Amino acid sequence: MSELERHKFDVVVIGAGGAGLRAAVEAREAGLSVAIICKSLFGKAHTVMAEGGAAASMGNVNSGDNWMVHFRDTMRGGKFLNHYRMAELHAKESPDRIYELEMWGALFDRTKEGKISQRNFGGHEYPRLAHVGDRTGLELIRTMQQKIVALQQNDMKTFGKLWIEVFAELTVTEILKEDGKVAGVYGYWRESGSEVLFEAPAVIIATGGVGKTFKITSNSWEGTGDGHALALKAGANLVDMEFLQFHPTGMVWPPSVRGILVTESVRGEGGILTNIKGERFMFKYIPDVFKDKYADNEAEADRWYLDQDKNRRPPELLPRDEVARAINTEVKAGRGTEHGGVFLDVSKRISAEIIKKRLPSMWHQFYELAGVDITKEPMEVGPTCHYVMGGVEVVPETAAAVGVDGLFAAGEVAGGMHGSNRLGGNSLSDLLVFGRRAGIGAIEYVRANEAKSVSDSSIKAASQRIEAPFTRTGGENAYSLHAELQEITHNLVGIIRTKSELVEAIEKIADIRTRSANISVTGGRKFNPGFHLAFDLDNMLLVAESTAKCAVGREESRGGHTRDDFPGMDNKWRQVNQISSFDGQKVNVRKQALPSIPKELFDLFDVHELEKYMTAEEIAKGGSN
Amino acid sequence: MARKLNMRIWRGDSVDGALQDVQVEANEGEVVLDVIHRVQATQMGDLAVRWNCKAGKCGSCSMEINGKPRLACMTQVASYGEEETITVTPLRAFPVIKDLVTDVSFNYKKAMEIPAYAPPSDLKPGEARMQQVDVERSQEFRKCIECFLCQDTCHVIRDHEENKKSFAGPRFFIRIAELDMHPLDTLRNRKQTAQEEHGLGMCNITKCCTEVCPEHIRITDNAIIPMKERVVDVKYDPVRWLGSKIRKREGIV
Repeated sequence: MSELERHKFDVVVIGAGGAGLRAAVEAREAGLSVAIICKSLFGKAHTVMAEGGAAASMGNVNSGDNWMVHFRDTMRGGKFLNHYRMAELHAKESPDRIYELEMWGALFDRTKEGKISQRNFGGHEYPRLAHVGDRTGLELIRTMQQKIVALQQNDMKTFGKLWIEVFAELTVTEILKEDGKVAGVYGYWRESGSEVLFEAPAVIIATGGVGKTFKITSNSWEGTGDGHALALKAGANLVDMEFLQFHPTGMVWPPSVRGILVTESVRGEGGILTNIKGERFMFKYIPDVFKDKYADNEAEADRWYLDQDKNRRPPELLPRDEVARAINTEVKAGRGTEHGGVFLDVSKRISAEIIKKRLPSMWHQFYELAGVDITKEPMEVGPTCHYVMGGVEVVPETAAAVGVDGLFAAGEVAGGMHGSNRLGGNSLSDLLVFGRRAGIGAIEYVRANEAKSVSDSSIKAASQRIEAPFTRTGGENAYSLHAELQEITHNLVGIIRTKSELVEAIEKIADIRTRSANISVTGGRKFNPGFHLAFDLDNMLLVAESTAKCAVGREESRGGHTRDDFPGMDNKWRQVNQISSFDGQKVNVRKQALPSIPKELFDLFDVHELEKYMTAEEIAKGGSN
Repeated sequence: MARKLNMRIWRGDSVDGALQDVQVEANEGEVVLDVIHRVQATQMGDLAVRWNCKAGKCGSCSMEINGKPRLACMTQVASYGEEETITVTPLRAFPVIKDLVTDVSFNYKKAMEIPAYAPPSDLKPGEARMQQVDVERSQEFRKCIECFLCQDTCHVIRDHEENKKSFAGPRFFIRIAELDMHPLDTLRNRKQTAQEEHGLGMCNITKCCTEVCPEHIRITDNAIIPMKERVVDVKYDPVRWLGSKIRKREGIV
């Protein structure tokens, strides 16, 4: 074998989406050397798909907004299962993170006064989402990509060499540890199949989500839960993996576009949901906890667009879990379209010209992929697996992974911030706030800890694992196993769950895992998607196992976890996080107390609202300090 | 309604390669990327193709379909005739790595050569004030998804490797134009360097780039031509030329 390619950095960031890039900028600006590793080309990460905007209480459109209102909305959206400290930091720091992007060249849409404009979104009390039409994620990625190029230009000018490098189309297969601490990562170039070692004292996981575990998803091929699985294998924990967000509006027709996201901005701009009978059904699905905030009749809902202070919001703008369940119920009751969706119509509310201006990529997407002109006719939509609230258990301030020195996680791959359900717009701000914090966490860690060199035995083991599928012939096909897994998760671990099906899913996933040990790959190592999938699949199987086991454990319905056999929310379960860990063979799930909210945050809420979520003892205590 | 589709797929690497005939099922509403994936899953497990979002937003699945630079995820199978064979080949302007995957690093190198956004030094975060109408010009160019189809089709470099050194290509002309039109950018010589360092003058506005842009960015009309006009103004108007020399200004806006 030829000589192994080796690199040494202070910080290795896995993932070049919003969180990874923001972390990398932070670490480089502090003077550290940084490697950014990504599975796709630089600038293609799934963040580009984010459409609606980034939530930050700048108060540019409604001056009543501030971090406390944002914090309250986030906690309500997550049904109070959020890690309070993450939600607090997020609400406080988001505005600075948006302004910072503007300093780096981002061009957000403007208000009349020339400030950054903000739009309405589900679950947010005030217009709060900084946006660029319906391509906000692209703006974020491009801005940070260009910021990194600027840092590189500066490196070349000042040092004549780069101190921040991007390793594109490279898959990380392992996080390496020595003496219990992170020592680096191992992986292979997708292009050539050749192996690479990165030695680094700090590793930041920013790999995004797990959508490809499911059949119908808005996620790209990259969303295979790599970071979740790498963290588990490195000894970190995952928190609350049962909570998956099914975005209420994915495309449903034609089949090849099934799952592709239809931005929530369509509803934010006035889009209404109707069933096949023409009924605006969302009025039937306003849960008790939200009755005082959402209009129960069409006249008031319509007035809200003109006067938001005197009227309650239209129920189409309920948090995503509520809308997804409502659509699911309508379709199951036979009131859906022939393709199993419902109608979403924005053409009757705003003019064709404004639709094309505010929702350009939606217009484009429907016109070119479905032959539908959304300025004239309704869209057909249905739920699609969009986001995982669960993820790596982290220390809020530093994004350090609990239990593994030198490991950090930020963005979708981290858990806790969104509780049981994420509000739209909170993920772009999440990845900026915690991407930066992960960068800071890594900087502090690197300054206080020596780098460890990776032992030859660790390298050998990692290398053998990569070679393994090539040594087998006539084994299982990765594509078929992936399709089988997606059927299982879709049918048995989907939007509505029940014990018997979850138990069945756990058995079936275990069976696929056994068979996956026998995957064989045809062709060589050079840019071989079958080979790549074999590794992605291994990650997806671990994630699916964790999700199914957590789902069977949580005997209540809350946010992105709905149990047919336990339909209600149970205030006792609100005090519980489910923690997944990996023992080398299987995922184990245990219960852990949710950190309780301190008095100053407790007091931000009306006690009658908290009574809907908390037990009498918690209310009596009035916060933890 | 499923039907049998005849496809020709280019397979090979930097050394050698050829078109291979395959027959694959195609269903109603499917795009070319769907059928390529079906070939991959059922007949050619190691067929290399880049893709990502499958919704026309990331610009990864750029290739040439029946000779035209296109995104495979946004090209309907039904847009070709029932009997027509669909031929997919890698982007011609860039070196092949394997099958439909090319080495697009040229573009990342060019990105490094363009000076970054330079806001006023006294601007504080949150203090920027810009009117929507003023940001819209740059916003049009920031829609770019970096699919590099414009680079692929541009005849200055498509079959002229030798021009690559001195020519940044349409993607980077819109990047320069975007910064040049940014209401707060302070670098004053962007158009000049577009001409002198990035090869703006080599473009003879045949508009091929605009035609292939999946984001419908008016590359030629809104970025290249306005920059060319201003450069010409400065360069050939004797009074302005003299003015720029006497007053030692780097350029004129």
